[in-house]
This record gives sequence, structure tokens and C-alpha cells, in this order.
Amino acid sequence: MVVSRRIVLTGPGIIWILALLVIPCALLLVNSFFERGIYGGIDYILTSENYVRAIDPLYAQIFWSSARVALITTLVSLVLGYPAAYCIALMPKRRQLAYLILVMLPLWSNYLIRTYAWMVLLNSEGLINKTLLGLGVIDAPLPLLYNDFAIIVGLTYAYVPFMILALFSSISKLGPELREASTDLGASSLMTFWRVTLPLTLPGVAAGSVFVFVLSVGNFVTPDLLGGGKRTMLGNLIYDQFLTARDWPFGSAIAAIVIGIMMLLLTVQAILVNRRDREGTAA
Amino acid sequence: MTALLEVVGVTKAFGPIKAVDNLSISVGGNEFFALLGPSGCGKTTLLRMIAGFEKPDQGRIMLDGIDITDQKANRRPINLMFQSYALFPHMTVAGNVAYGLEMEGMRGADLKRRVDEALALVQLSSLSGRKPAQLSGGQKQRVALARALVKRPKLLLLDEPLGALDKKLREQMQIELKRLQQETGIAFLVVTHDQEEALTMADRIALLRQGRIAQLGEPRTLYERPDNRFVADFIGQMNFFDGQRAVNGFEVPGLGVFDAANLSDVAAGTAAALAVRPERVVVSETEHGGNLQAEVEGLAYLGQDLILHLRIAGQAKPLVARLPAANPLTTHIARGAKVWCGWSAAHSLILSE
Ligand SMILES: Nc1ncnc2c1ncn2[C@@H]1O[C@H](COP(=O)(O)OP(=O)(O)OP(=O)(O)O)[C@@H](O)[C@H]1O
Ligand SMILES: [Mg+2]
Repeated sequence: MVVSRRIVLTGPGIIWILALLVIPCALLLVNSFFERGIYGGIDYILTSENYVRAIDPLYAQIFWSSARVALITTLVSLVLGYPAAYCIALMPKRRQLAYLILVMLPLWSNYLIRTYAWMVLLNSEGLINKTLLGLGVIDAPLPLLYNDFAIIVGLTYAYVPFMILALFSSISKLGPELREASTDLGASSLMTFWRVTLPLTLPGVAAGSVFVFVLSVGNFVTPDLLGGGKRTMLGNLIYDQFLTARDWPFGSAIAAIVIGIMMLLLTVQAILVNRRDREGTAA
Repeated sequence: MTALLEVVGVTKAFGPIKAVDNLSISVGGNEFFALLGPSGCGKTTLLRMIAGFEKPDQGRIMLDGIDITDQKANRRPINLMFQSYALFPHMTVAGNVAYGLEMEGMRGADLKRRVDEALALVQLSSLSGRKPAQLSGGQKQRVALARALVKRPKLLLLDEPLGALDKKLREQMQIELKRLQQETGIAFLVVTHDQEEALTMADRIALLRQGRIAQLGEPRTLYERPDNRFVADFIGQMNFFDGQRAVNGFEVPGLGVFDAANLSDVAAGTAAALAVRPERVVVSETEHGGNLQAEVEGLAYLGQDLILHLRIAGQAKPLVARLPAANPLTTHIARGAKVWCGWSAAHSLILSE
């Protein structure tokens, strides 16, 4: 009775996940072990060649530089997102919603349009350079566009809301009492943050960071548009293998590696959250 | 006794509600002082102002003769034990207790010795490595206490320290709190809404009502000589008979004219109530035991005492009497029995609102 109801209720969701997530991923994994067809497509001959190729220095370098850009994006998002999330979490409940909606507002507009907007802002004839030139702060336009800086700006802009949301839920769960206890025991606000607030919101930090990192590594639009296509990131590499080089098995292998790394990160983060939650609830 | 803490004319309003209203108390250097009162009367608000988490709208707070009203919470030599304990979940028991000393810059062997001492004081040495989540309610309470005591504050504030414990543990902890207070010599200001707890532990009690003091005094005074009806009703149980001060005594309509301990203090014509504690009511099966005739309407057996509800003709509410088990009446008295009851004038009071 209970079991059958459970199946009825979870069934559609499970089918959805199976059809759109598990099966494609499984296909991807399977494809990554075959050879590419001469005219694209797949020759069903088993091989591990694709993975051997993936650790070739050429590609390893792309892995590394993608990770670096994603990591910097994550750190910048964390530094920008934490104070924002903290402030919102300390507001009275009825004001929180308004601010959270403001944070999420950009997510409801088109990603491409937002990226083009940054191109307008950052290019050598753009608003920022024009203003600085006009004010005489600089003599020549700053190289703001078509480099890693632009990519990081674009990615941070796109993903900082996820960071804020993750941190907000973690900080607002904490409540004021532990901070007050810390103050009462003689700690300054900085010390309270360092010894109490930050350690207890690490699950939120981890969740937000994994979000931003994972999304940044996989993004291929921003490196193309804001990076000017000079910087190949993992997202671009996969995109190129599938659509330009038509080497599906190799694209699959890289995608499988990226998915593997992401799953590892998410697992670590989930374990961390679980452990904190157990400690937190009984406090 | 010189005052350690002096709260002078403090007011704190939240919007239209005055949580604390022009309130003054002083607590002595080695005193166990209880703040008692119904829910919402401003106990926590007062404590939070003394600890430094709320700023009074008016009035001053002095500690050892120094005005600390504007001092930051982390600089006051006062510690607060939170109602929910507020233990740091990511630190061990020892880590929690050490925290406050670390903030003073203490490290190494000194720190360890002081933490061990504090844990021994609350009999928690064996659990020093545990996390708060692995402790029972009573153990958490003792960690919170050790964490506050280890700083050797001049004044320890405790907000409903025993609120979360069951009755047995509460009673045990009441004695332990009292012992700790005497051993450490730290002044305790304890908030409670349990009048029995306040009577048991406190040297003095301030009973609050809507942000003001209803009465301040020693437990015995509050119990035996309450200033008004609110105090008498809040602390212990009380029978009230509405009436008026007449020339020759206090007249209760339909019952008679009575003498009372404070009769001479009450001006003629004053409308008030005659108050008698249930344990002061004398019940007898013969006429000379009292001058009021009544019928036993209800009985409640409490083990050590027997509670009787006595219906007196013409009175709306039954008179409650509390007979100790040693009273021979308790063995056979039954519902419907006709009895005589009364009380001595010295044990009754005339109280107004
Ligand atoms: N931060 C606040 N904002 C608004 N009103 C408050 C705030 N804190 C307390 N109050 C109000 O002030 C009054 C006194 O509250 P307080 O918490 O001091 O009561 P209390 O005596 O501790 O009650 P309890 O026994 O229920 O803990 C209440 O009416 C409460 O609603
Ligand atoms: Mg309270």
C-alpha cells in the first residue's frame, strides 16, 4: 500500500531523471569508449584511446586553465557574495524577500543579452573606458575585453546569485543566538565571525562554491563572447569536439571526466553538509 | 551589603509596548536574586539590557559603581547563560568552556587548568571531548553554566536556566545552582517564571508585572506578606473573598465581618479582598473548629497533602483548603461531608488589586 503509493508519487520524477539525465550520461560514457567514425559519428570498436588523449599536455593544459578561471570566479563570487548574503540574512524577514528577488532578477533575463551588455561595457570604446579616458584617469583604453579578466567578470556576474542564495540559506539558519553567546564571552565581531559564523556556514560556502565552480567550468558562451574565443575552456573544448571536429567519442570522454569531477565535488560537499547538519540540529 | 548591580529607572519599549517600564533594582555582591513574573512581563528584555544586547531607552545600568549603560556587551564583566544554552555546536565541551578564556588571550597550561576546574565544578570532566549534540539536556545546561562561570564574572545572568529540564532534574539542579553560587561567590541574577523555583533558590525576589516591579523582597515576605492581589495570586495559591472595609472589620457580603493581620492599615470604605492561604484554613468536623459551615465539594489527593474544595452557602467560588497528611481528618473525609472551617485573623490579609 505504502510502497505502491510511493512508486506512483515518485514515478514521474524518476522517469524524467532517467530519460533526461541518467540515460544521456550513460550513452555519453559508453560513446567515450568507442572510436570516431571517419566522417563523424561513431565506429563501435572498443578503445581507451580517447582517455589517453585527454591527458595529453595540450588538453591537460585546457583542464588546468579552465579550473583556474573557474576557481578565481568562485573566489571572487565568494568574497562578493558572503557580505551580501550576510546582510540579507540579518534583515527583518519581510525585507529579505525583496532583496532575494533583486538578487535573482538577472537570472530571469536572457543570458546572451546580459553577456552582450558586458561587451558594451567593457570594450575599448565602452562605457568604462570612455568614462575613465574622459576623466583623464587613463591615457589609453584599458584592455578589459577579450581576456581572462572579462571571462571572470562575466562568469562572476552570471553566477554570484547562486552563491548568495546558497550562503543566505546557511547563514539565516544560524540565527543570532550563537553570535550573541560569542559576544557575551568577550569576542569582538571579527572574532565572532572567524570562530563561530564562518565555521558554521562552511556548508553554505561549500555548496555555493561547488555551484559556481561547476557552472563556470562548463560555460562556453562567456569564454567565446567575452574572452573573444582566445581562451578555450572545457565547455568550449567539448562544444568544438561535438560540433566542429565531429569527434563525438573524444568529446564524450572529456565530458565524462568533467562530470566525474563534478560528482566528486558534489559528494564531498554533501558529506560536509550532512555532518554539519547533524551537529547543528542537536545544538 | 553594597550593591554590585544597580538598575536605575530603566525603560525599554518595542513599538507601543513598554517591555520594561521605569524599573529599578539592585543586586548585592554575593546575592542570589530571582526575577519572577508571567510570560511577556519583560524579564528577558531586562536581562538582555544588563548583558548589553539591548540599549535602554531611558535609565542607567551601573556595575560596581561604574556606569556600563553604553559599554559594549563583549567588554562587560557579566556573563549570560542563554535559555537555549547556545552552545557552539562545532566545538567540544572543553572547546566551548575554553572559548571565553581564549578571548581574554589565555593559552596553554593556564587555559587547560581553568577549563578542567570549571568542568570539575559542574561534574562534567569525563565528557570534555564530546560535542554538544552528544549531550543530554541536563549536561548541556551544565556546559552552558561552566562556560559562563569559567570567566569568573562579577555577575552571572541566567535566563530560565532550568526551563528545558524535567521536574526531577530541575529540583536537583536548583540545589546544584545554589551550591555553585555559594561556592563561587558570584552574584546570580536568575530569570524564572516558576514561583516555586524562585522561592527555593533566591535570597531576594523581584516579581515583575508588565515591565514594572509588583513586589521586591525576600521569599518569605513575598509569600506571607504580599503587597497586593497580583503578588498573592502569582506566588503560591490564595483564597480571595471580595468585600469592603467596614468600621469594625472587613465585611464580606453573605459571610460576615472579619479581622485580618493588616486590618489597621486599610482605610474604611476601601473595596478589596480578604486573602487566606489554603494551608492556613482550619477544617474540623465539630463546630468549635471554625465558624463557617461548608460542604466538601471536591478532593484532590497529593500524597503529602490533601486538597479540599469547600462549598460555603452564598459564595460563588469554593474555599480551597490544604490539609497535611498528618491531619487525622484526611483518612476518612469524603465528598459531601459537612464540615466547619475558619482561619486565624493573623493568617489573613486584606489585599487590593
Ligand atoms: N525584539 C522585540 N521586538 C518587539 N517586541 C519585543 C521584542 N522583545 C520583546 N518584546 C516584547 O516585550 C515584552 C517583554 O518580552 P520579554 O521577552 O522580555 O518577556 P519575558 O518576561 O522574558 O517572557 P517569557 O517568560 O515568555 O520569556 C513582550 O510583550 C514581547 O512581546
Ligand atoms: Mg524570556
